[in-house]
Amino acid sequence: MQKTIIRSVAALAAASVALPSFAQEISFWSWRQEDRAQYQAIIDAFQEQNPGITVNFEAFEAANYNTILSTALAGDSGPDVMMVRAHGAFETVAGGGYLMALNDENVPGLMDLPEPALAAQTLRADGQIYAVPFASQTMLVIYNKDIFDDLGLEEPQTWDDLLAVSEAIQGAGLYAFANGTAEAWQNETIVSALGSSIIGQDFYEDLMAGEADFTDERFVAALEALVEIKDYFPDGFVGLDYPSAQQIFASGMAGMFAGGSFEIANFRSQNPDLNLGVFPAPVANEGDQHLVGLFFDGGYAGNAQTEHPEAVATFLTYLASQEFGQVFANTLGNISPIPGVVFESALLQEISELNQNSIPYIMLVHFRYQEPSGSVLLQSEVQRMMAGESTPQAAAQAVTDGIATYYEPFQN
Amino acid sequence: MPRLRLTGRGLWITALIVPPLAVMVTFVAYPILSALAYAFYDWQGLQRGEFVGFKHFHTVLFTEPFASWTRNAFINNVIVFFSLMVIQNGFGFVLAYALWRELPGAAFHRVAVFLPVVLSTVIIGFLWKLFFHPIFGPVNQIFRGMGLDFLAQPWLGQSSTALGSLIFVNAWAWVGFPTLVFLAGMQRIPTELLDAARMETNSEWVLIRKIVWPLVAPSATVVFILLFIGSFNWFELPYIMVGLDGSPYGSTDVLGLYFYRTAFGNQSAGVQDFGRGSALAVLTFMFIAVVAAFWTIRLRKREIQI
Repeated sequence: MQKTIIRSVAALAAASVALPSFAQEISFWSWRQEDRAQYQAIIDAFQEQNPGITVNFEAFEAANYNTILSTALAGDSGPDVMMVRAHGAFETVAGGGYLMALNDENVPGLMDLPEPALAAQTLRADGQIYAVPFASQTMLVIYNKDIFDDLGLEEPQTWDDLLAVSEAIQGAGLYAFANGTAEAWQNETIVSALGSSIIGQDFYEDLMAGEADFTDERFVAALEALVEIKDYFPDGFVGLDYPSAQQIFASGMAGMFAGGSFEIANFRSQNPDLNLGVFPAPVANEGDQHLVGLFFDGGYAGNAQTEHPEAVATFLTYLASQEFGQVFANTLGNISPIPGVVFESALLQEISELNQNSIPYIMLVHFRYQEPSGSVLLQSEVQRMMAGESTPQAAAQAVTDGIATYYEPFQN
Repeated sequence: MPRLRLTGRGLWITALIVPPLAVMVTFVAYPILSALAYAFYDWQGLQRGEFVGFKHFHTVLFTEPFASWTRNAFINNVIVFFSLMVIQNGFGFVLAYALWRELPGAAFHRVAVFLPVVLSTVIIGFLWKLFFHPIFGPVNQIFRGMGLDFLAQPWLGQSSTALGSLIFVNAWAWVGFPTLVFLAGMQRIPTELLDAARMETNSEWVLIRKIVWPLVAPSATVVFILLFIGSFNWFELPYIMVGLDGSPYGSTDVLGLYFYRTAFGNQSAGVQDFGRGSALAVLTFMFIAVVAAFWTIRLRKREIQI
């Protein structure tokens, strides 16, 4: 009798110790409200492979996500797994020490991801990786294939080609570009989407080596090109907001949209009949290298204070797997950096190939760590320049001067 | 000195005062004081770093480019305040006078004038952003329809027109408030006074200047001070219509937007810095508190008791 009691007590004790590892509930925060259904499907697939772990997906409004997340983490009520931004905006969250450091041990396969992707989720202060990068974004020109075909136009290779193509589209009574500059950040996107090939790999390397600043003629030439192309933006483009610009392109009123690969999913959902193509920023002279602007969007991070570190690591490992990358690419239409992912969509496949020749989306990747950030400066200076109230030289000078307040290589 | 005894009436009063006082302290005094404290520390994201004294105040006031951003935002607030003072409060007074004199259609207009005040700022902002749309917006389409093509401008996209457009929308939406307050003030003026004045003069102008204006002074105090506070806290309308950056290139930037951008970061451009953000908030708060207190006292003295 006594034995039975001891046994049953021991069994109960064992069960109560083992129980948490059987039913581990982890929360997962995201800023992708529009992707809820797809994420739920991904989570279902994960839960099927890992019985005992339940993942609760919660999505918040994108614009305020960082504020909500930072506040929750500081108040010890943060999620177990969360989407975090990349580069500068990542550091504000990671810098607080709230995130779990990741490596090949707790997330096997992490180190197989491309180096720039991991760099986007690395805290510069300690060199540790804190998130599994999930998508790269490519800055390029998206065009309406039907309009190009109707007018007998080819993808432009050089800047002169682009001007000719724009002229032809405008001549047909359409907007050549749908872009507007009313929203500040759109000014940064057009620099990279249209100017990356003119800016060039050499300039980027010189910039990183501290041997060039933004007043360099290669960068100024890209800004001059923008001033040239603005004649092909819609009338009143300085007052055209981002959603309207998207709608103008999606409704087929414009031939081209200079922006990021992240636009494609939106265009597709607004107008499924849209026949889309992409091309990299045109080169100044024939024979130059075509380049796209590249940056990483964000990553999946674990909470350092989580009650279920194993479950979190297991889930993060899944989010770094090729299986996930494949689903992520095909159902969410993103360019996953995970090696071996094959894209169902020909367009995404083409973009992932264009990514082989890229320079980073410079300000976001390198100059968003301190204020005044390169993005803040470039956005408002380009906006001013596009409105005709400043020149490319003056804009480049102002950007350089602003960054020089904290960036030593510019201080000479 | 009265002795504080917690019996009977004293207990009753204490019980009534403590809960609201607790709410005020927790939700008003404490946040303000902690924001004040935040401004004296360095921040890594949300992690508090070391004590830095007045460094952030010095940065936002004297270090470029932050100093010129602060100055630009402050000047825009001042422009907003004075423009609204003339347009919103001035027009509000005229409207109130017209309603008070019961010009034809007064009953209808009394409702119509106040109607936009009831709408939420978000709705007003989106509505007018749409109206001002450079391509599809009704404003430009009407101008084009009337053959006034030169008036079809990208209103919110030009540094010369953006702030003016926002001020116009603000005045359109809230002119009903000063109107209502002034009207209430005018309705309190005793008829004997007016009848007596009319025996002396036939001029409406003299009536307004000598009788109406001095007697609505209490209403004017309220309206002016509220406008002052509102103008320097201006946030929702510019945020909705032109975004966090005060587009184009800072021409609509105001202290509220600048503070938000600095403290919470701008997702598409910047990083968050609670220290500098709090310093800005503290400066704004002090400025509003001091000036509002000063003018309240000054304007009160002007008021006449009947």
